[in-house]
Amino acid sequence: MTFLSVKDLQVSFQTEDGLVQAVDGVTFDLEKGKTLAIVGESGSGKSVTAQAIMGLHTGRGVKIAGEVNLDGTDLIAASDSTLRSMRGNSMAMIFQDPFASLHPFYRIGNQLGEAVTAHRKVSKKEARAEALRMLNKVGIPNAEQRIDDYPHQLSGGMRQRVMIAMALINGPELLIADEPTTALDVTVQAQILELLSELQAEFNTAIILITHDLGIVADMADEIVVMYGGRIVERAGLHELFYRPQMPYTVGLLSSVPRLDSAGSRLLSIGGQPPSLINPPSGCVFHPRCAAMNADSESRCKGERPDLRDVGEGHMVRCHLNEEERTAFATKRLAEVFTGE
Amino acid sequence: MSDREILRVENLKKSFPITKGILFKKEVGSVNAVNGINLTLNEGETLGLVGESGCGKSTAGRAILRLLEPTAGSVHFEGHDITKMSRHDLVPLRSRMQMIFQDPFSSLNPRHTVGSIISAPYAVQGIKPEGGVKNAVRETMERVGLNPEHYNRYPNEFSGGQRQRIGIARAVTLKPKFIVCDEPVSALDVSIQAQVINLLQDLQDEFGIAYLFVAHDLSVVRQISNRVAVMYLGYIVEQAARDDLYSHPYHPYTHALLSAVPVPDPKLEAKRERIVLRGDLPSSINLPSGCVFSTRCWKATDKCRTEMPELLELVPGHAVACHYPITESLGSDLITGPDSGFVEQPDRVVPPPSEVLQSLQGGRASRPKGIDYAEGEEPF
Repeated sequence: MTFLSVKDLQVSFQTEDGLVQAVDGVTFDLEKGKTLAIVGESGSGKSVTAQAIMGLHTGRGVKIAGEVNLDGTDLIAASDSTLRSMRGNSMAMIFQDPFASLHPFYRIGNQLGEAVTAHRKVSKKEARAEALRMLNKVGIPNAEQRIDDYPHQLSGGMRQRVMIAMALINGPELLIADEPTTALDVTVQAQILELLSELQAEFNTAIILITHDLGIVADMADEIVVMYGGRIVERAGLHELFYRPQMPYTVGLLSSVPRLDSAGSRLLSIGGQPPSLINPPSGCVFHPRCAAMNADSESRCKGERPDLRDVGEGHMVRCHLNEEERTAFATKRLAEVFTGE
Repeated sequence: MSDREILRVENLKKSFPITKGILFKKEVGSVNAVNGINLTLNEGETLGLVGESGCGKSTAGRAILRLLEPTAGSVHFEGHDITKMSRHDLVPLRSRMQMIFQDPFSSLNPRHTVGSIISAPYAVQGIKPEGGVKNAVRETMERVGLNPEHYNRYPNEFSGGQRQRIGIARAVTLKPKFIVCDEPVSALDVSIQAQVINLLQDLQDEFGIAYLFVAHDLSVVRQISNRVAVMYLGYIVEQAARDDLYSHPYHPYTHALLSAVPVPDPKLEAKRERIVLRGDLPSSINLPSGCVFSTRCWKATDKCRTEMPELLELVPGHAVACHYPITESLGSDLITGPDSGFVEQPDRVVPPPSEVLQSLQGGRASRPKGIDYAEGEEPF
């Protein structure tokens, strides 16, 4: 049985301006010990998907449908108390901003200890010992002294380590990392990514990594989901996605990022702006910005919503173009990037 | 790009005092943000200033424009020493040096229309453009890829990328010769970043603007710069022409930085070895003795901990501040893994260069240079 299976997840928010369909029909599976990267721009629905899995969307105006199955438990249908007992225990989340996610009034040792006592029947002393063990594990120097620090006394990288320690203290089987290094410098980012990989290898954790940085994806992911306008537009294994991208949006992303390993020639940007989720474009959501659309496909691209189709080896693509057209476009675009001018 | 020097920064220092007491403020220390940097910039050239947060790169950019008063040192802009000028005398020069800010949200006044934001430089300088201010502003808006019909809209009606275009329009209104770009694309989405980088390059080609491009993203800096300076704790530790720096970095810190940036290519990523720096950036209140990088450097010796290395030219045009510069390994090893020098991956979709060349000559529709369309009509 698959460890985590998400089927046809739908999340919508009722707002003053209208109904925002933030996530529309997201489907994927994840096994233990593997990393799934969700890539997309702001507003693509990647964070909302993660928060829906954790059961963090509550309140009026939110509608969630579909199925999220974690090791036999349906998280969408689960009661609040079931979810509460699972969050921080069998599933945990790391957020982008480590300063906003730690309580400024409590010492980090107490916050870590609370995560232990909330789920296990242990004494305060044992909880503190556990907190100390975890702080050492995530590489906080002088953990014996730092355990009584307040969050503001730590640097950004240290705070993110504390967040990771807190997320992993109960040995969760699923870890969701929402842009875990975006607020950090590159050298610190390297430390944190290394730490995550080490801990994953040790605890056999399944990780959902949400990011917009394709470099981090190349470093960490086993499988990748590309989201655009609330939908999955492409899903493939790591090498398949980077070396045989099929969806014109993915190709556009790969060719528009400035690269450390090549320089100089003009970037091939994707024109236009991300779509509105209240009035999404008709047909394929990406068609107003798509450069691969041709005269033959135009009426379908503008009129029909494409389905997510399997093009072989579990590589799924949501595009009306045929394989020849997609490959030709990808080859031409990426060739221009890799060789320069 | 020409050889005419437009900016010369000498021994620039900026420190912020730390005071104690309420009525009788006493200085008890200082944050040493910039500790004596030297830079020159030619007309139409881009100098990338990279470093991690807290290295003083933004402070340096602001002190050069005198948005912050430098503590010591001098800044010569077009031959004038602007560090000693009065605020009043500085005003006319301001039309020739401008700034683009990182945050496209807080750098635009939410109560002013786009038209009044972009026309503000005319009002400040008392300049009346030919054909009227409104026409000139509309032209500028069109030039940066904004719809001139949006003249009377407010900033909140625009997306992040479009707001950054408004900020750029304001900066180029008076056709300046020098712009400090402080992280101009780091708040933008990936696909929008490329649009804004292209726009900045086009404006440079057209008006011959020199950029001081302050950024933390080494990939973006490689894309846009002619020369690059790497900063650490308020010092420039290495400075070179772009390709020299990325292919032959000498300073250990530059090595660590380059190796830490993930590359969007899984096979290269798997081969690369990361130099992971232990520990955090030291405090800029109590700078380490000797070389400021010695507390995190894996090559540091006693000499490094006591003696401050000077920024010296190791080869012409390539300066480094290190007692033990790394000469044996190549930057390409850091970026694309050992002994590769960026070889083509066999099963990459990229065809051999000859084919690419043919397909390029065979009529890649030439892209109208100059305009990066904001509204979605770009033909790629």
